[in-house]
Amino acid sequence: MSDLNFFFEVLIGGLLSGVMYSLVALGFVLIYKASGVFNFAQGSMVLFAALTFVGIMEQGIPFWPALVVALVVMMVLAVGIERVVLRPLVNQPQISLFMATIGLSYLLEGLGQGLWGTQVRALDLGIEDMPNETIQTMLGIQVSTFDIFSAISAALLVGLLALFFNKTRVGLALRAVADDHQAALAVGIPLQHVWAIVWAAAGLVALVAGLLWGSRLGVQFSLSLVALKALPVLILGGFTSIAGAIVGGLIIGASEKLAEVYIGTFTGGAVAAVENWFPYMLALVFLLVRPQGLFGDKIIERV
Amino acid sequence: MKKSVLASLAIGAGLLAGASSPSPVMAQAMEQFMPIPIYRTGPYAAGGTGYFGGFMDYMAMVNARDNGVNGVKMIWEECETAYDNARGVECYERLKGKGPTGAAMFHPLSTGITYSTFEKGTADKVPVVSMGYGRGDAMVGSVFPYTFPLVTTYWSQNTAKIKFIGMKEGGMDKLKGKKLVNVYHDSAYGKETIDILNKQAAMYGFEIKHFPVAHPGLDQKAIWLQIKQFAPDWVILRGWGVMNPTAIKEAARIGFPREKMLGVWWSGSEEDMRPAGTAAKGFYAAGFHPAGKNFPVLKDIEKFVQSKGKGNIEAERMGTIYYNRGVVTGIISLEAIRTAQEKFGKKPLTGEQVQWGLEHLNLTAARIKALGGEGLVQPIKTSCNDHEGGGAVKFQQWDGEKWTVVSDWIDADKSLVRPLAEESAAKYAKEKGITPRDCSKEM
Repeated sequence: MSDLNFFFEVLIGGLLSGVMYSLVALGFVLIYKASGVFNFAQGSMVLFAALTFVGIMEQGIPFWPALVVALVVMMVLAVGIERVVLRPLVNQPQISLFMATIGLSYLLEGLGQGLWGTQVRALDLGIEDMPNETIQTMLGIQVSTFDIFSAISAALLVGLLALFFNKTRVGLALRAVADDHQAALAVGIPLQHVWAIVWAAAGLVALVAGLLWGSRLGVQFSLSLVALKALPVLILGGFTSIAGAIVGGLIIGASEKLAEVYIGTFTGGAVAAVENWFPYMLALVFLLVRPQGLFGDKIIERV
Repeated sequence: MKKSVLASLAIGAGLLAGASSPSPVMAQAMEQFMPIPIYRTGPYAAGGTGYFGGFMDYMAMVNARDNGVNGVKMIWEECETAYDNARGVECYERLKGKGPTGAAMFHPLSTGITYSTFEKGTADKVPVVSMGYGRGDAMVGSVFPYTFPLVTTYWSQNTAKIKFIGMKEGGMDKLKGKKLVNVYHDSAYGKETIDILNKQAAMYGFEIKHFPVAHPGLDQKAIWLQIKQFAPDWVILRGWGVMNPTAIKEAARIGFPREKMLGVWWSGSEEDMRPAGTAAKGFYAAGFHPAGKNFPVLKDIEKFVQSKGKGNIEAERMGTIYYNRGVVTGIISLEAIRTAQEKFGKKPLTGEQVQWGLEHLNLTAARIKALGGEGLVQPIKTSCNDHEGGGAVKFQQWDGEKWTVVSDWIDADKSLVRPLAEESAAKYAKEKGITPRDCSKEM
């Protein structure tokens, strides 16, 4: 394989990994847009959603009905979170909401594993995670069919969310709530409904991310750790932009893979696991230059 | 009034006298305490629950079937470590003094926690037993009196793995010029075999390249693309938890044959293979015991514990690799207690006394058969200077559904391992100002 082909293989592999990171980052963005809070529980929601789906399938329910039931569970969970956790915290400092999501994270991890067990489970979506022969023949590089499927799924999800939040009244209400809770309430926007809808959308994103990541890693506790991959994406892309989550994911995915291969080789292995720290370093540098991220809203506060 | 005051004084004096005098009710309970630093949560929960589930089930079975070890009932308490070093140390401190005589021994089930607790164990006289993990040089008992890397250390296992690869290649001389890759968990556990692999590479003339994977190892695409560039003949996988199925899937994606992949025993459980699906078929792993339920000891666990609803783990996990490793741990640990009882009496023992039992363990084939563990446990004979005792490894292959043993016991290359261990132990002793015990005087 030529060096150029290898470079493109690393680059494309990185971009497709980035799409997987974006999927997780999307959930964070939705919650942040609606409530201005970093949802610490997003990773746990991914785990809970995947565990629920696999758990339901283990009861003998076929794929599609299990998917619908898992989605309903995530919706009910969203309404429950709004009622029990968020509603009492309206107009409270954002740090209180953040702390509540930390508690929620532990609750969901415990609840999911308590209900469905701690065993590692396989999840087969029927998509082969092997190099796509057509691409290999045409371009001479190996790209997994599963990665292509993930990228298409992510694109569809983003399109759906963009339509929902930009072309519907709920989307308009969301933008108003994100701007100012109290002002939104004052003009009659039902804050509770908006929050429940946004958490339900985050639940949908968690379910899709859980299925795709779970299919690759197995459904197990480690799914909750995929959130770690989303953090530099959010810093880079901005916490309030769906497009930012996608672009940030692509940049992080591609750059970390290229760094692992080329910096790792350059240092002769002296610097270990470049892939793990490079995205954070990149995000940190980016923070110094553009604190709000690529697509984030610039916050101007009068003091 | 005066009478009632005198009566009260008399009652008070009587109570005080009663409290200070010995009472038969307060005699030492016939119980031996075993700490269980489990991890039921976190990314490695499958290993923690399987291993300690098997260990606790074995102790429960011995209690139910034999009324404990020579009449001394095993008792235990769980402490959640989540595979975290700091929490592991906390668990050690919390549990070391429990039970009538303190902890019999401590099984960290983590190389990191072993490194964090073995010096404490030496100071507290609580044996730290790292069966199939921990630091390799701790087999030198003269320097590490309270650390027991029983059965097989990583170093021994590694030499057996190279022997296995040599066998597959048609002889050790065929290793010359071959290219091997070591994909390891970037932790104390993962790094444990780097030096010995480098030495073996120089010895046999193969090229070795090491690739660290940071915890938890969710995405390894870039590493495997580099492996593809390197085009190795064999890949050794030193994974843990989710890193294993991810590595196997990545290998499949670059078209690397799984029949040329060989895992450490922490990469060789059912929980590591099933998430990888068909990609795992053909993968080899080392093991110091097989999987399966067809052993008398497991049938007794089924009869006395699981069938009565008293199991410490789901019944369907019986016979899995992690579960059986816990049962093996139980057999060896309780035999060490039994050995110590022969010297110190059939009563609850202190950690110091159990250390003697661990150091004088002689688990013969006949004894293993009597314990119902024939084919499950290898013979072990320890001594003051040999805290490993066994050293042999079997290899198994995943057929897509289950593990199949594909080799007999393959002995470690002790002529290589032992001098390395002694050299490393001597270095440690010098650093810490330890004067090694004279084992010739401790027979």
